[in-house]
Amino acid sequence: MNQLMKRKSRGDIWFDIFNYVLLSIVMLLVLFPLYFVLIASFSDPNYIYSGEVWLFPKGFTLDGYERIFNDSSIWIGYANSILYATLGTIIGVAVTVFAAYPLARKDLVGKSAIMWFLMVTMFFSGGLIPTYLLIKDLHMLNTIWALVIPGAGGVFNVIIVRTFFQSSIPDEMWEAASIDGCSNTRFFWSIVLPLSKSILAVMVLYHVVGFWNGFFDALIYLNDESKYPLQLVLRNILVQNQVNSGMMIDVESYAAKMRVTELIKYGVIIVSSLPLLMLYPFLQKYFVKGVMIGSIKG
Amino acid sequence: MNSRTSSLDHSTIKPKRKRWSRVKRDYELYLFLLPIIILYLVFKYYPMYGVQIAFKDFSPSQGIWGSEWVGFQHFIDFFNSYNFWTIITNTLSLSFLSLLFGFPAPIIIALMLNQMLGKRYKKFVQTVIYAPHFISTVVLIGMLNVFLSPNSGIVNHVITMFGGDPILFMADEGWFRPLYILSGIWQETGFSTIIYLAALAGVNPELHEAATMDGASKWKRVWNVDIPSILPTIVILLILALGNIMSIGFEKAFLMQSDLNYGTSNIIPTYVYEMGIQKAQYSFSTAVGLFNSLINIILIVTVNRIAKKITETSLW
Repeated sequence: MNQLMKRKSRGDIWFDIFNYVLLSIVMLLVLFPLYFVLIASFSDPNYIYSGEVWLFPKGFTLDGYERIFNDSSIWIGYANSILYATLGTIIGVAVTVFAAYPLARKDLVGKSAIMWFLMVTMFFSGGLIPTYLLIKDLHMLNTIWALVIPGAGGVFNVIIVRTFFQSSIPDEMWEAASIDGCSNTRFFWSIVLPLSKSILAVMVLYHVVGFWNGFFDALIYLNDESKYPLQLVLRNILVQNQVNSGMMIDVESYAAKMRVTELIKYGVIIVSSLPLLMLYPFLQKYFVKGVMIGSIKG
Repeated sequence: MNSRTSSLDHSTIKPKRKRWSRVKRDYELYLFLLPIIILYLVFKYYPMYGVQIAFKDFSPSQGIWGSEWVGFQHFIDFFNSYNFWTIITNTLSLSFLSLLFGFPAPIIIALMLNQMLGKRYKKFVQTVIYAPHFISTVVLIGMLNVFLSPNSGIVNHVITMFGGDPILFMADEGWFRPLYILSGIWQETGFSTIIYLAALAGVNPELHEAATMDGASKWKRVWNVDIPSILPTIVILLILALGNIMSIGFEKAFLMQSDLNYGTSNIIPTYVYEMGIQKAQYSFSTAVGLFNSLINIILIVTVNRIAKKITETSLW
């Protein structure tokens, strides 16, 4: 093959240059907004207002962060989000994985009926109001359970895990184990799960990100501010411009308040998104794996 | 120790009894399935039974069963309401335009990434462009707010630098759709390339070698080898996307919505929320949601049929 490798033609060199330049521009377009939020959160808000912050922080200050860290609502939101994400992930992953294993087995009686039972919900649902009324009747309104139970075991996740089991746990394994007198439960615990660490990681990550970033269920089902997850606290600050008066106690004029509000906005974006953005490059392969398995037609 | 017969063993027991004995043998597997079945019956199927309130005058004191039937009254009210066409047009324009601009973007980026030679730089670019996918919708809209702010936002600083007047982006009906679509492209394009890159990784390298030997340029190889190879993937994802055209998300539109851009940002999901959760018109809101689901189902089936006829690729 090597002798056949021609020197690159001029057109191909241009193609490569064009490709690199364009992709680099795309990358910068994605990166710059994130980077700008970071530098703006350390800059004097007067410089942000006058448009003097471009590539580096100007008038370096930690004032925004001090105000954020001294305010309890963000930390309550943080704690709530961690609680919901932990409990929701445990319940969600357990339901999903337990359901996926039997459905991955060739010899399960009634398998296609159960698959249909799950799949129907992808195309048809009761919708927002009937679900809301149900949660109300179950007295789950304003409780953590409304956030972590109703959505557990989403069809798409079940299909991903099932596909993984089908492709990585050969039937012969179960046949051999059952001849030796191994029960289904024991086989699942001591053979299937240890072989499925990667898909468990994928599921845990999907759930954590979902709970961490989701706000719709909390918006509908929760009314106590003390139960608000981080995203709802953020919504008050970022979207509705409601910064806690506690953060502003020392700020006098209306104009100064506006500026500090802006600084706090940049700061909370960083405080809320940084954990995930820092962690995700190390976990990237799991997210990619999930997408890959999900794209195989189940 | 009694060795049980494995499923491979074609014994001569009658099939019916054999099935039953298999169910008994695998009783644990049904226990595994129990939680999801109960959850679905309660939280997915019971609300489907509750959908009947779209045809009733629901009052909480009477309950779902006890409320008066009113037939299609709520649907008729919705069709006759002064903002019916606005809502339908808003919903369809928003989702159709999002698809039109958002769908090709990851395909183009994936084809370009696939042609990149430097492995390390490629990985770095991928890591960066996947990142926005992990930002929450609330933060995304918060970023729009700070960047587009009329007096402190960086975008208006650039506009005024070139001598323009600051634009009130977030308070303008005309800007709602472009902002919705562009922010969506910024957030999801990178992550959506994963599927196409996986498809491109499966392209037979011999095809590329043969094309190179025939003197095909890189551009020609992308056009004649890469694109045809990932066409089935593109078609499947396009069917899925077209089928979801009526199920546009609530979150982003809701967060971007204000009285000032209500004329373009009022779409079916936000309307259902407004009428049902905020104004407690349970029956009417359910009817609007049901109307939306029905159109969606009709769409999915139709799109799938057309795709089957034209490309022989389909979902079922």
